[in-house]
Amino acid sequence: MSATASGLANAFGILVVLVGLGAGLTWIERRLLGLWQDRYGPNRVGPAGVLQVVADMVKILFKEDWVPPFADRAAFVLAPAIAMTALLLAFAVVPVAPGIGVTDLDGIGLPFALAMIALSVYSTVLAGWASNNKYSLLGGLRAAAQMLSYEVFLGLSVMGVVMQAGSFDLRAIVAAQRGLWYAAPQCVGFLLFLLAGMAGIHRLPFDLPEAESELVAGYHVEYSGMKFGMFFVGEYIGIVLVAALAVTLFLGGWLGPALPPLLWFLIKLAVLIGLVILMRAALPRPRYDQLMAFGWKAMLPLALLNLTATGAILLAGR
Amino acid sequence: MAADLVSDIEARFGGVTRQETADGVPTLWVDADRLRPVLGHLRSGIERPFRTLFDLTAIDERFRRHRPGQPQGDFSAVYHLLSYQRDQDIRLKVALCGDSPRLPSVIDLWPAADWYEREAWDMFGIAFDGHPRLRRILLPPTWEGHPLRKDYPARATEREPFRLTPDKEAAEQEALRFHPEEWGMRRHGDGTDYLFLNLGPNHPSVHGVFRVVLQLDGEDIVDAVPDIGYHHRGAEKMGERQSWHSYIPYTDRVDYLGGVMNNLPYVLAVERLAGIVVPDRAQVIRVMLAEFFRIASHLVFYGTMAQDVGALSPVFYMFTDRERVFRIIEAICGARMHPSWFRIGGIAQDLPEGWDRLVAEFVDYLPPRLDEYETLVLRNRLFQRRTKGVGAYGLDTAIEWGATGPSLRACGLDWDYRKRRPYSGYERFEFDIPTGSRGDCFDRTAVRAAEIRQSLRIIRQCLNNMPAGPTKADHPLTTPPPKDLALRDIETLIAHFLGVSWGPVIPAGEAAVTVEATKGLNAYYLVSDGGPLSYRTRIRTPSFAHLQMIPLMCRGEMLADLIAILGSIDFVMADVDR
Repeated sequence: MSATASGLANAFGILVVLVGLGAGLTWIERRLLGLWQDRYGPNRVGPAGVLQVVADMVKILFKEDWVPPFADRAAFVLAPAIAMTALLLAFAVVPVAPGIGVTDLDGIGLPFALAMIALSVYSTVLAGWASNNKYSLLGGLRAAAQMLSYEVFLGLSVMGVVMQAGSFDLRAIVAAQRGLWYAAPQCVGFLLFLLAGMAGIHRLPFDLPEAESELVAGYHVEYSGMKFGMFFVGEYIGIVLVAALAVTLFLGGWLGPALPPLLWFLIKLAVLIGLVILMRAALPRPRYDQLMAFGWKAMLPLALLNLTATGAILLAGR
Repeated sequence: MAADLVSDIEARFGGVTRQETADGVPTLWVDADRLRPVLGHLRSGIERPFRTLFDLTAIDERFRRHRPGQPQGDFSAVYHLLSYQRDQDIRLKVALCGDSPRLPSVIDLWPAADWYEREAWDMFGIAFDGHPRLRRILLPPTWEGHPLRKDYPARATEREPFRLTPDKEAAEQEALRFHPEEWGMRRHGDGTDYLFLNLGPNHPSVHGVFRVVLQLDGEDIVDAVPDIGYHHRGAEKMGERQSWHSYIPYTDRVDYLGGVMNNLPYVLAVERLAGIVVPDRAQVIRVMLAEFFRIASHLVFYGTMAQDVGALSPVFYMFTDRERVFRIIEAICGARMHPSWFRIGGIAQDLPEGWDRLVAEFVDYLPPRLDEYETLVLRNRLFQRRTKGVGAYGLDTAIEWGATGPSLRACGLDWDYRKRRPYSGYERFEFDIPTGSRGDCFDRTAVRAAEIRQSLRIIRQCLNNMPAGPTKADHPLTTPPPKDLALRDIETLIAHFLGVSWGPVIPAGEAAVTVEATKGLNAYYLVSDGGPLSYRTRIRTPSFAHLQMIPLMCRGEMLADLIAILGSIDFVMADVDR
């Protein structure tokens, strides 16, 4: 197989698996939440309800593709597309296993992924603005403020890893973890990254842009049909992305004994995704200003401290 | 003490007429021009004044036959005052003549009078001079007529068929247009254009059909104006067309989470008018069922409160436990949420066989679950941050605005009707009154959570000390009368037949009975004209007074705080609008 063919196979394979996983996660999350909340969740369609995804897809695809007359049409249509594409693009640099992965981008994979996560906020802000709805607008504003605050230490939290590995290249970072996963020396960074990542993809307890009990659905309150579906699946792709990045940066990526590398990657991924869903089942939502204060007054100094300490130790050891 | 107060008022103001009522609340008639001086005196001129306007309502007297010794008038306004310090009530009445009666407003004396006066205007057409915004409150602004007047039809069939002409539709639509000025809000502030956010009547966190119009500066609330009436079903008007007996199911649906708790003040008031003494066993069963419904209602509150601040899971656990409560209630009453199970003079049936096993299981089952919920909700740091210091009001504010129940006790006053004015045999039970200190959302939640345990304590005492005996009073007005008596001879059979078909004829008189309901003090003020129907049924509900406090609680807070505040009030809209 030529390099082009294998590259294409890789790209399409990952795309299909990722979108499928994103859609499948809607079912997994609902079943897991059901389990933790003493109820069943969707269990009617197909074995254990697994075909619920198909039913939802059929429903969502056949819904009228409606744009409110008061909306800014162009931005309204563009927003959900950004939500999905930005996160899908970010996944291009994730090294799933040796030989599996779209590209390494000549060793600047990590900044690219971070940039794409940052870019995804445009979907929320544009959706909030273009909907011309006050609830959407408040959601969009919250998303912008939240992204600004949390993006800062999202980047800073992984710099410790970059310093230790001496590279922005994700494959090199995985390779550098052969002896010890960075989750151990960089435990603070790991925690910060998880929190900032969850804030970036606005999952509860950081779901303020859509805060159902306050803003009804926030930035996507006016969306329906497949456009809503793209936000919805985009959110789950976001979960997969953050979990995959965390696995790559802190949990040794595909490394592990006995089992094939791909399986190791998937196992670690599943555990982190489960954790993200468990957080949703367990925690209330902080208030907007509390979230900001937490970001700037606790997380950012901690990230800087972590960075300084890592730098000092690395320098001392040299 | 009450006699002293009454003679003091008589000596000081003169022209006062006393009225005997079946409930024993001192009731005085004053002239319209003496009303404000007398109320002002009671509000601030005496030691330990009446700082709570418990209720303000009116009666259309034009068709009433039995009112011996009462001043003539077409309408009467009724002011029910309450003093916690005195542990005393007083009722003042004013006779009003003519088709467009007027009274001076008392908002400056009790801020809570605002909504009550608007309601009296809406329902009876009594205008209050000096009220800053005397608009309709329960009905839409375009409504014609005042429904609680006796000449206003109670049924749609008593009037012309309704037709919506294009002109009428256009006018109604135009009336819906939002003008901030009409709501008492400004469009612009110092260098800011405010954002007006319409929260409700359909919104996940308004607990029913309730609308709050918000004036926002960013996410900070500058002002909030609640808009109620979307759940108004005319429960008070229906009281005047149902028999005393057949009105019981309507009461269930007032606080629809309270079930038989709603029957209690109603049947107690009818029994007070009829002079029925309910046997012990019926009293204890009533207490037990009422406390079960308190638990059911508080569980819904607990779960939805957690959900309002974003915790998704607790509500599922608590609704599951509420189902267990309903299973017991269903086994006893045959229905779950609205059993309509209390009767005039007793209860519908005796307890079924095996009830004690079900109840015993439950009172052992719930406490460990409550411990878990405490960890999950009250001890959760995020929950504490979202609720501590949010929506706080002091004890003075609570008293002046008519806050009752857990909303009052969260401010630190241990005033529980069951303890202070025991009814239905509550004096025989041991239980504590949980209180808070800060009067914020957290304390309101914590007080209710603690009350669930006290209710369990009461239920356990019912379980261990259930007296034997009849479940219905041996009284001719008990409805339906005990069947074994009815089948004894033709006279009792006729009495039974009349009592069941026409309904009981309750002696003329007036009585108000208040109970400590799930959400605060719930009172039924009944006026009988000696017929098979009530002449006037007034339902004083706690939620009405509490919702009036929303602007006060949320000014200067953030949008997310409003949601926590709404959750912490624990209201249902049927309890507000009736």
